[in-house]
Amino acid sequence: MTAPLDPRKGQPAAAATLAQVRKPLAHDSAQKHVTGTAAYVDDVVEPVGMLHVAPGWARNAVRGKILNLDLDKARAVDGVVAVLTAADVPGINDCSPALGDDPVFADGEIQFFGQVVFAVVAETRDAARRAARLAAVEIEPITAIISPEDAVAADTTVLPDYQFRRGSPETGMTAADHILSGVMHIGGQEHFYLEGQAAFAVPQEDGGMFVHSSTQHPTEVQHTVAKVLGVPDALVTTEVRRMGGGFGGKESQANQWAAIAAIAAAHTGRPCKLRLDRDDDMIMTGKRHDFRVEWQVGHDGEGRIRAVELDFLARCGYSADLSLGVNDRTMFHADSSYFYPDAAIRSRRLKTDTVSNTAFRGFGGPQGMLAAERLIDAIAISTGKDPLEVRKINFYDAERNFTPYGMPVEEHHVLHDLIAQLEKSSGYWDRRERVRAFNAASPVLKKGLALTPVKFGISFTLKHLNQAGALVHLYTDGSIQLNHGGTEMGQGLYQKVAQVVADEFGVGLDRIRITATNTSKVPNTGPTAASSGTDLNAMAAKRAAEAIKARLIGFLSTEHQVPEDQIHFASNKVFAGEKVLTLAEVAKAAHMARIQMSHAGFYATPGITWERESATGRPFLYFAYGGACAEVTIDTMTGEMTVDRVDILHDVGHSINPAIDIGQIEGGFVQGMGWLTTEELWWDDAGRLRTHAPSTYKIPTASDIPPDFRVALYEGNGNPQDTIYRSKAVGEPPVMLANAVFCAINDAVASLKPGMIPELNAPATPEAIMKAVRGMRRAKAPQSHEPVQA
Amino acid sequence: MRETIRFLKGGEVIELSDVRPTETVLDYLRLRCRLTGTKEGCGEGDCGACTVALGRLVNGRMVYRPINSCIQLLGMIDGAELVTVEDLAADGRLHPVQQAMVDLHGSQCGFCTPGFIMTLFTLYHAEGEEKSRKTVCDWLAGNLCRCTGYRPIVDAALNACFEAAGDAFAWRANETRDKLRAIMDSRDIYINRDGFFASPATVDGLASLYAANPDATLVAGATDVGLWVTKHLADLPKIIWLGRIAGLDRVEESPAGVLMGATATYADSEAAMAGLSPALGELWRRIGSKQVRASGTIGGNIANGSPIGDTPPALIALGATLELQSKDNERTLPLEDFFLEYGKQDRKPDEFVTGVFVPRPDANQIFRCFKISKRFDQDISSVMGAFRFTVVSGTITDARIAYGGMAGTPMRAKGAETALIGAVLDNPASWGTAMKALVSDFKPLTDMRASSEYRMETARALLAKALMEASGSDPAGLNVLDHREAADDRAA
Repeated sequence: MTAPLDPRKGQPAAAATLAQVRKPLAHDSAQKHVTGTAAYVDDVVEPVGMLHVAPGWARNAVRGKILNLDLDKARAVDGVVAVLTAADVPGINDCSPALGDDPVFADGEIQFFGQVVFAVVAETRDAARRAARLAAVEIEPITAIISPEDAVAADTTVLPDYQFRRGSPETGMTAADHILSGVMHIGGQEHFYLEGQAAFAVPQEDGGMFVHSSTQHPTEVQHTVAKVLGVPDALVTTEVRRMGGGFGGKESQANQWAAIAAIAAAHTGRPCKLRLDRDDDMIMTGKRHDFRVEWQVGHDGEGRIRAVELDFLARCGYSADLSLGVNDRTMFHADSSYFYPDAAIRSRRLKTDTVSNTAFRGFGGPQGMLAAERLIDAIAISTGKDPLEVRKINFYDAERNFTPYGMPVEEHHVLHDLIAQLEKSSGYWDRRERVRAFNAASPVLKKGLALTPVKFGISFTLKHLNQAGALVHLYTDGSIQLNHGGTEMGQGLYQKVAQVVADEFGVGLDRIRITATNTSKVPNTGPTAASSGTDLNAMAAKRAAEAIKARLIGFLSTEHQVPEDQIHFASNKVFAGEKVLTLAEVAKAAHMARIQMSHAGFYATPGITWERESATGRPFLYFAYGGACAEVTIDTMTGEMTVDRVDILHDVGHSINPAIDIGQIEGGFVQGMGWLTTEELWWDDAGRLRTHAPSTYKIPTASDIPPDFRVALYEGNGNPQDTIYRSKAVGEPPVMLANAVFCAINDAVASLKPGMIPELNAPATPEAIMKAVRGMRRAKAPQSHEPVQA
Repeated sequence: MRETIRFLKGGEVIELSDVRPTETVLDYLRLRCRLTGTKEGCGEGDCGACTVALGRLVNGRMVYRPINSCIQLLGMIDGAELVTVEDLAADGRLHPVQQAMVDLHGSQCGFCTPGFIMTLFTLYHAEGEEKSRKTVCDWLAGNLCRCTGYRPIVDAALNACFEAAGDAFAWRANETRDKLRAIMDSRDIYINRDGFFASPATVDGLASLYAANPDATLVAGATDVGLWVTKHLADLPKIIWLGRIAGLDRVEESPAGVLMGATATYADSEAAMAGLSPALGELWRRIGSKQVRASGTIGGNIANGSPIGDTPPALIALGATLELQSKDNERTLPLEDFFLEYGKQDRKPDEFVTGVFVPRPDANQIFRCFKISKRFDQDISSVMGAFRFTVVSGTITDARIAYGGMAGTPMRAKGAETALIGAVLDNPASWGTAMKALVSDFKPLTDMRASSEYRMETARALLAKALMEASGSDPAGLNVLDHREAADDRAA
């Protein structure tokens, strides 16, 4: 019998003994993080002759024709080597992910506040930054379109409108006993990765370029650099060891900085580094999309939804970037966990003269789900029912289990079971009574409570991105080098994949050398995004390891005359029948026998069939579930708010690393909470973003997390899909656990006038809360329970 | 005179003569020393990724404080021990705070981690801190993490930072003390390189130097000037650092009040302010972060008229006076008179602030202050209200009310003050005229922190709150932070 060389065909090699997988191991770089030895792009030892690049822009222009660009003063600064503009791009002046609409350097026109017009290359970063401020850019201003409302009025979009439609919402509304409607504004969010965008490019032979980049998408950086330099992809290598945070902000938006560094390096023949300072970073790079949501829901008087109409009006910015996928995902999640018998979910991708909005953890999903929770809260308030009751009667179940885009919700029992467990463990109903009693006795401070679900679709909705590669080498000393196409941005991907590979070879993690992600080792990858990093890359790495192992088993079987099924890799040993060997001994012997000990593994997610044109098929391999219960206190005189307690129960299937998964859940929740509470992007009347540093843009600090914070993993039967060790993706879903905080604030405001629906917008800053409170106080009487036509 | 600065790093004395006036500690570490463990996250002292520890002798004891190296000028670390993340692990063993962060999964992307480690290191060495979540959150307010959600970091701090210090720094504390004593002196420092960095040792020395160089930039804590350097790329060729002037950092408490020298930091004066009024102590705690309070000074904040000032309204309401000096003159004026208009102060070219005197409220006076911001910690107020009511037999006989965020400068609400005289605490109806008067006292602006409408509404709410508290309402029923704290206490 010969060992199967391709484990995807025939019987794979013996299942691994799990010794590392499922353990709460520390992040692979934890020791380096705490000692300051983990290197980020700006920390890599600089080659001799390194130059520094700073982007230049027109500091007051929002939109306009460039009449004159005077760079003489910048060129005259001591230490300046070159000043580059669109005319200096050797290839194509574009760094967009797909549609060719993102110029590296503005050419003839400035399209948004902060658009890069030129770049200064200098001997020091300080000189480059100083010179970049000395350019004179003369502009003929054009009236800028800033808000979604402006864009609707002007009817400008970056991409065509799109909709999901099931049944007849018009008929459904007519048949409903009650109709409610409203408008909600949902703010965007700055990524605020602690490490700003950075790249450095080192010229190579034959016009090639080696690029260190802080990117979630090394392949796209490679393509972009090749495109702007006008060289084949094969001449460009991108490497990323780690990022100091990404959160989607380095998925497409890392391209431009790598491109500029590479153009500068090609122009000067010297290594060039570009690291954005914080203000430039926040002004020049895209954010989470902000939305105006127009909603209408018809229900049956018991609170059961009959029909839904949702219009998502997204501010996309000046170009398409990733707005197609983001807005599609908003639509895919506009149901949250609720069954809509008849529904129209419409999306407009509005073009505004602002920075191009982009991927951000959740990728449009959070906005869709928040809108759904607004429908539920509105129904609960107007019927006088508890919001949790209304949530539960609208959950998907065995009969009502198709989403508006036609995908079955197979694990509806997980949703029910998880929420039931959380309802109990959080003491929801007791606390509901206590909140009510508190509010009755407290004229100024009001409490709110909410328990909200998460159901998040896992897979890229752009089908071709659901693939991954890995490259595993076993060396003759028994050490293993592991490379894959996924990038490490803090989420613990490298460690999880290493745990899988270690178990495959039955060794400790000390035998595995995790190497930087590099496009010359694993080509043609997708971005590390959509929560899919582990699902895809661990599977590819496992297949690579299995293939090597299969060859070793075949070799050992022949060599020691032992049946293949009696050969095992475990406990740092290789057991071949009676024989006990070390992996090093096996590797050495296999090498002498001329056995290949390197393999490129590949994985493509099975079972996804989404066809966007016809809006049919299955976009997601599975859903990840979760639930959160939040209790807040608001001050109805100032709008200040504290989150008092949060209980979370989250479904990660069978966890590969529970410590890392808990970290993702807590971190995602707090990031979502920031989005919905303190993080406010503010543009002035001219369209200039004025919140572009942590002094004005406030992400949560340690004291903002609930003093009582209880987080647990849901213990279920694991992922019904055949994912890596039956785990589930965890990167994005927890962001939406924070909807509970927003709904709890809404609940607190609603307590001021029973029956009346607050007009609370996100983020619920003190001012937004006060605005909602004021609205409640000024209204004469609760809204009618009678049908209201929008 | 000395033409060098001297500090300790890794047990060695480092003496530098080539210090440019505005070179930052972060640039020194990363660019000159190629010590890249310390990170730049924001360049404005708001994220804490660049946190390093400065050890100084305070009353003969080693005290480590966290500072934002991105906005600290290199010359300002003269006489201190500089500790960076590279210095903590010894003989291949992690420092206890490092080990706790690894064990409790306190890092994800790791970029903010060195800054957290250094803040935790200073907490580890702090004495007399109560072991509580509140203490830890207060220490960590200046360190932003975008990955973890803080819970594991708070746990690591609770696990590692409240035992008696037993690290290498504690073992060699005596040695460090001796080395610091050896490099501290009372000579003026003057380093002439692309301009000058000067650090006079006496007030007279300062007066002469400033009189000769009225275009020089006076620096106390550099929490604002640092931003001029890193953000505005300001060319500041003449820097006079006040941090070594003997006696200028005094904090003197007396029955009459508290005198804060111009270079007393927020940290130095925190206890004295809490002694004047618990509300003032809480306000102090919410100024910036540990890092900012360790460097920032009240004198500096007032002197450069920074609009980023949450303390002036409180000090004005308390009737504080400002002391100014120049080579040939000294004068005192009410603090509110110093702020002329946005960005403009009543300070002559060669004049400098030497101190602020804050009168202690007397037995008849009730003081309250409230800071409203988008985020509770390390944020600048959208509205800041401070109130001192003099009450005789339940009737207000005098009121001093000052607001921040309602005008281009901190400003008194004169109309409301007048309208309150004669108001009765037990009769909210008698407060109405004052509440209305606020509308004509101020015309607040709309900006990224708040709208004009919200500011006005909140200003009135704060006056109402102050009166409600003065009339005996429980703060825990009126303020979410007091409520949360009361709930925490009940749970504990």
